Amino acid sequence: MRKMLVWMIILAVAISAPVEAKLRIFACESEWGSLLTELAGDAVNVDVATTALQDVHIVEARPSLIAKMRKADLLVCSGAQLEIGWLPQLLRQAGNPRVSSGPGNFMAASQVTTLEKAASVDRSAGDVHPDGNPHVHLDPYRVLAIAKALSARLGELDAPNAATYRQRLGNFEPRWQAAIKRWEAKAAPLKGKAVVVHHSSWVYLLQWLGMHEIGSLEPKPGVPPTSSHLSSLIAVTSSGGAIAILSAAYQDSKPGLWLAERTGVPALILPFSVGGDAQASDLFGLYDSTIDKLLEALK
Amino acid sequence: MRPIPLALALSSILLMSAQAAESSTDPQIDALAERIRALEANAQELQKQAAEALAAAQAAQAELLQMKTAERDQAVATVSAEPANTTSANAFNPAIALVLKGLYVNHSRNPADYQRAGFPQVGEGGPSADGLQLGESEISLASNIDDKFYGQLTLALESEGGETHTGIEEAYIETTALPNGLTARAGRFFSNIGYLNNHHTHTDYFSDRPLAYQAFLGNQYGDDGVQLRWVAPTDTYLELGGEAFRGENAPASGAAHDGVGAQSFFVHAGGDVGLENSWLAGASVLHADALDGEDGFSGRSNLFVFDLTWKWARNGAFKDSGIVLRSEAFVDDRKGVVIDPLDPDAIAQAWDGKRRGAYIEGLYRFSRSWDIGYRYDKLWAASSGPYASVHDPQRHSVAATWHNSEFSLMRLQFARDQPQPYFSDNVLTLQYQMNLGAHGAHKF
Repeated sequence: MRKMLVWMIILAVAISAPVEAKLRIFACESEWGSLLTELAGDAVNVDVATTALQDVHIVEARPSLIAKMRKADLLVCSGAQLEIGWLPQLLRQAGNPRVSSGPGNFMAASQVTTLEKAASVDRSAGDVHPDGNPHVHLDPYRVLAIAKALSARLGELDAPNAATYRQRLGNFEPRWQAAIKRWEAKAAPLKGKAVVVHHSSWVYLLQWLGMHEIGSLEPKPGVPPTSSHLSSLIAVTSSGGAIAILSAAYQDSKPGLWLAERTGVPALILPFSVGGDAQASDLFGLYDSTIDKLLEALK
Repeated sequence: MRPIPLALALSSILLMSAQAAESSTDPQIDALAERIRALEANAQELQKQAAEALAAAQAAQAELLQMKTAERDQAVATVSAEPANTTSANAFNPAIALVLKGLYVNHSRNPADYQRAGFPQVGEGGPSADGLQLGESEISLASNIDDKFYGQLTLALESEGGETHTGIEEAYIETTALPNGLTARAGRFFSNIGYLNNHHTHTDYFSDRPLAYQAFLGNQYGDDGVQLRWVAPTDTYLELGGEAFRGENAPASGAAHDGVGAQSFFVHAGGDVGLENSWLAGASVLHADALDGEDGFSGRSNLFVFDLTWKWARNGAFKDSGIVLRSEAFVDDRKGVVIDPLDPDAIAQAWDGKRRGAYIEGLYRFSRSWDIGYRYDKLWAASSGPYASVHDPQRHSVAATWHNSEFSLMRLQFARDQPQPYFSDNVLTLQYQMNLGAHGAHKF
């Protein structure tokens, strides 16, 4: 037994000698994977842990993710406790101090102000996040602020490529600014319009576009829709003048369709994350698709 | 010259007469014309003013937009210099989690008569009591200690015959800063052997542990000890580790070898197959020395555990729907002597042989709220020696679980347990289980 242990340690040291020069990045969500492609391109290796068809609140701490975490130099996640159901477990099992804290640990929500920061948290209010709503990737201004911080972080961790990261940010920023102008002009008719949402994942988008939420399919955040709650939403949806019922690609579409059938308000499935539909193949496409679909609901 | 003034005079007279003919309307027209002129001038002035105002408004709007964008950029980008929000004395308190459990159990046979052929009861590996009862209540405190250590304490409160027992289920510290995938742990903890052993019972799909866990590990093997584990830097998850324990609890007992009575070694590997399938497999061995064990055994025992878990979910979104298949197989290889624990005067009987156990379980989750599971348990008794039995205990269990949220569940379970020939216990269990407070992340 003791001999085995000794061999294990020797093996550990031998195998884990530095192998790769490229920065390895573990991205929790596909939107950060896409942002990293913009900011770093081929200069880094990116593993994206989840897809747009998975609920990132409750991903399983799969063995494959532990293996990826083990090798990462940088962790890029939404933060604000969005990944609390699995990320701490991955970190504890992977034994990789490079990313568990310090510069190798990048949380997007910590780079910007969050909305809905609850003064007091109580689980009777559902699965609330004490650090505010973590779905910051649907406000393009916040994305830009995050991009700047992330680019700086990449340069800090990988000094030889710092110029590349700076140059790529210089390329990304004007394109993104121009896209914001385009989106805002296009989305002008949406201003002041009301929607019913599945989960409180759209606050940043709605705030940016000047829209508002009049109801939620989930009785409380994280609690699956119930039939009695859905019934109570029929009146709200019809009288409130909602233009659409919003669900993310990963969410169960049935409750939204049920309500749509009874109110005549269309149920919209928005991509929510990069990869959520064919058009949302990157961050730009994500916004294009989201705004196009919302505008379609106006017709 | 004379005719000209005359003509002038004449024409002026004519003109005057002509004017005189219209003299009644003349002042009104003048006034109107004057007013029109004034209005025209006014309109022009207004138009000019309006244009100016519009330009000014546009400029202001542009300025406002610019200000707003700047403000938004500023508002959106918090700097790390933002003052920490209301630092209070309890900001550094550990995360506290509670698990509350309660059961109603109906046995068709009296649990007091329950005996498992070939497998004497050890630890908490027996059937639950009949009727309404409080399950194990867990209090868990966990926190990072500093930049290099993590600590966790789990207390289990149990009520038995009107008395409340408090037990330290786990109390350990763990490193967080060892390099190269190494993690060391010390204290009291559940061994990393097998699959279920290092999982807390509140993550199980059934209200009780498989028979093999009950028979070979007294439900779950935890002890005082140290652990070292290492995750290989490979694309396929590979974890190797070893543990040394005091050796107080079944299958060890008596803290042999000056209190280092048990050792373990384990390997776990896992990965994904496509986007929708994940697997985890393991092989472990627990080597234990027993001095007067609960089942009367003294000697050395090697317990080999092989585990395999396979999960499938559409789009890899397991919490919404999916299937889990799991199986663990146990081989218990012992050499020593057995003295009937109920009869201290009994003669020691030599015992050198193997017993086996296994279970297979499947869980089908058809929505975020509902899942159903089936489990088949079997133990293979020894054919000779002090534990000899011709009957191999087995059990079928089915369970339906309703989850209101991630934090609460209600479970209805039915089991048909055959621990002895001609002894079938039909067990109906209704269980609630609630997780309060900070709820830690679960292992795969």
